[in-house]
Amino acid sequence: MKGLSIENISMRFDLKDGKSIQALKDISLEIEEGQIITVLGPSGCGKTTLLNIIAGFLAPTEGQVVLNDQTVIGPGAERGMVFQQGALFEWMNVRSNVAFGPRMKGMPKAEQNEKVQHLLEVVGLRDFEDKAVYELSGGMQQRVALARCLANDPDVILMDEPLGALDALTREKMQGLVLKLWKETGKTIMLITHSVEEAVLLGERLLVLAPRPGRILKEYKLPYAEMGSGMDLREVKKSEGYIETRDEILSIIWEMEEEIMGRVENN
Amino acid sequence: MAILLIYIIVFISAFYVVHLVTKMMTAQKDYTSLKTVTFGDESAVRPNRPASIISVLAIFMIWGAFTGSKLMPFHAPGPFIGETSFTYTAMNAAGETDDAQVIVTVYDIQSGKTPQKMKIDPGTGFAKNDTANIVAWRSGLIKVQRNDTGSKEDGYKVIAIDGQEISPSSEVFIDDARVYMTAKGTLSYTPEKGWQMQPIWLPSPEAVWSRLVIVASEGYKTFSLAEHLGWSLLRVVVGFLLGALIGIPLGYAMGLSGWFRGWFDPIVEFMRPVPPLALIPLVIIWFGIGEEGKIILLFLASLWIMTISARAGVSGVKISKIHAAYSLGASKRQIMRLVIVPNSLPEIFTGARVSMGVCWGTVVAAELVAAQKGAGMMIINASKFQMTDLVIMGIVLIGVIGYSIDILMRIAENYLVPWKGK
Repeated sequence: MKGLSIENISMRFDLKDGKSIQALKDISLEIEEGQIITVLGPSGCGKTTLLNIIAGFLAPTEGQVVLNDQTVIGPGAERGMVFQQGALFEWMNVRSNVAFGPRMKGMPKAEQNEKVQHLLEVVGLRDFEDKAVYELSGGMQQRVALARCLANDPDVILMDEPLGALDALTREKMQGLVLKLWKETGKTIMLITHSVEEAVLLGERLLVLAPRPGRILKEYKLPYAEMGSGMDLREVKKSEGYIETRDEILSIIWEMEEEIMGRVENN
Repeated sequence: MAILLIYIIVFISAFYVVHLVTKMMTAQKDYTSLKTVTFGDESAVRPNRPASIISVLAIFMIWGAFTGSKLMPFHAPGPFIGETSFTYTAMNAAGETDDAQVIVTVYDIQSGKTPQKMKIDPGTGFAKNDTANIVAWRSGLIKVQRNDTGSKEDGYKVIAIDGQEISPSSEVFIDDARVYMTAKGTLSYTPEKGWQMQPIWLPSPEAVWSRLVIVASEGYKTFSLAEHLGWSLLRVVVGFLLGALIGIPLGYAMGLSGWFRGWFDPIVEFMRPVPPLALIPLVIIWFGIGEEGKIILLFLASLWIMTISARAGVSGVKISKIHAAYSLGASKRQIMRLVIVPNSLPEIFTGARVSMGVCWGTVVAAELVAAQKGAGMMIINASKFQMTDLVIMGIVLIGVIGYSIDILMRIAENYLVPWKGK
């Protein structure tokens, strides 16, 4: 079966004092090929843990992740990752960063260059191949990170707050870029974010996670990603129902955050 | 103390003069000059170039002025050199008094010329005229009574110098000198020393320069200057390279494997605070005073620094970079070569700079203890022969080389790890 399926995943960390923390409890999810899904939740709800399990950096205590009928047992090139800033290789120029994945596969040099050129064009960084990554702005660096991930042609792209460190304006542009790439490449994308607006705009499906234990609280099916791939995101935000949905999710998150804060204060 | 005072005065006056001049000459309009809060704002503190130039000039000028340098138009008062005289009054056993003159020739021993004994007219009376030769900056006994008539009799004594009364264990100050009478009645003559330093304490800048020219052309103790410095440098480079060769892989192993870290942590953490100089005695006992011992010492000096910096370089790699590389399909080996090693280079370079500095200091110290050639051997040997000019020359060269090493390392760093700190 094509697609990514997450089957009854639980994650428990044992602490030194004998207690244990249930980071994730019994999470099941089917993601079809080509879907874009956003994950939202208050801090400490296990979003990143879930992503790390799918990426294969962590083994779940229970359950399994299956991608295209293959059980995930470790990191692999078929699941690409885009991180928040700082995951590019500063000692390589833009070209070598983007060509990293193809190079690992042993792709011939000429083919690599062709691919790099094409991808940089796609992310809007033409003629930047020879620049050092530390010379680029934060937004440009994230464009490189996207191109680097795409260069490997993964089945699934996992994004861990990729736009979290960007300023509002750059962020908006990058959100458009993510949607454009999703439409053009047809990749399955799972994106974790702190921003409710971003989750609503980019998620065909939107998962709200609740903390302690981390679990799926609610799932939304939203039309805005589809709309956004064809029109300006600002227009999308004016469309019917957008504000209501956003506010509803915002209040759910608020409530959970309040509860967490209350728990901290009571301690 | 006087020199320190002068230095402080130069410092303060230069400060006011430069500020006055810059204020008059240019009204600065850059961003920093418009800051109202500068105290505590480190970015607003920029080195004042005139201050640096004056600082270096001041050191050379004070050095020159207090060593009688010919390069300097003005000097601190020097020691008295030349001919002078004083009169002494003697009283004989009968209670009569008589005056006689003493002509003193004060000469500079460094010039190599000893003045000839002068013949003078003994004069009339029972006290006879004398002559004496005294070395500048030193003092000498002048037995003025020796040729006097009746000086062997009890009660014969010198009672005044230039009309000032003097008695045993007391002193009088006359023109160009201080005269002290010993308990037994002999005069000790100390010519005016002035404010200048003796060449044996601090030679003049041109003396150091001419010593450099001589040593550069003739060498010192069977080895040329280039050989002395070259051997020191060679020891440093070989010792450092060996340390890096072992230390960097060891640091990587400690950064990547729990077993290695557990095994070597106590050793590294214990050896790190031991100054390499403290190992010199042991190294000499074990390996003798030859090249082997020195290179092992320098190896040990750089080993721990390189190990720790390589370990820090590995530990400092952002986990997201490693994760990204795995997700892009890299194998462990590729991650080592393409992520961990380049990521650790800035740290290793910092370690290498520190290590080179420590090695340079250690090699000089080791050569001070025992060596046939090397910068340290040159200066310790020169100090035994009181060749202060050579000692100062050596110290300056050691400083220049140490500084050059650091500059070269910094240039290499900018070239090889341009992403450092970005």
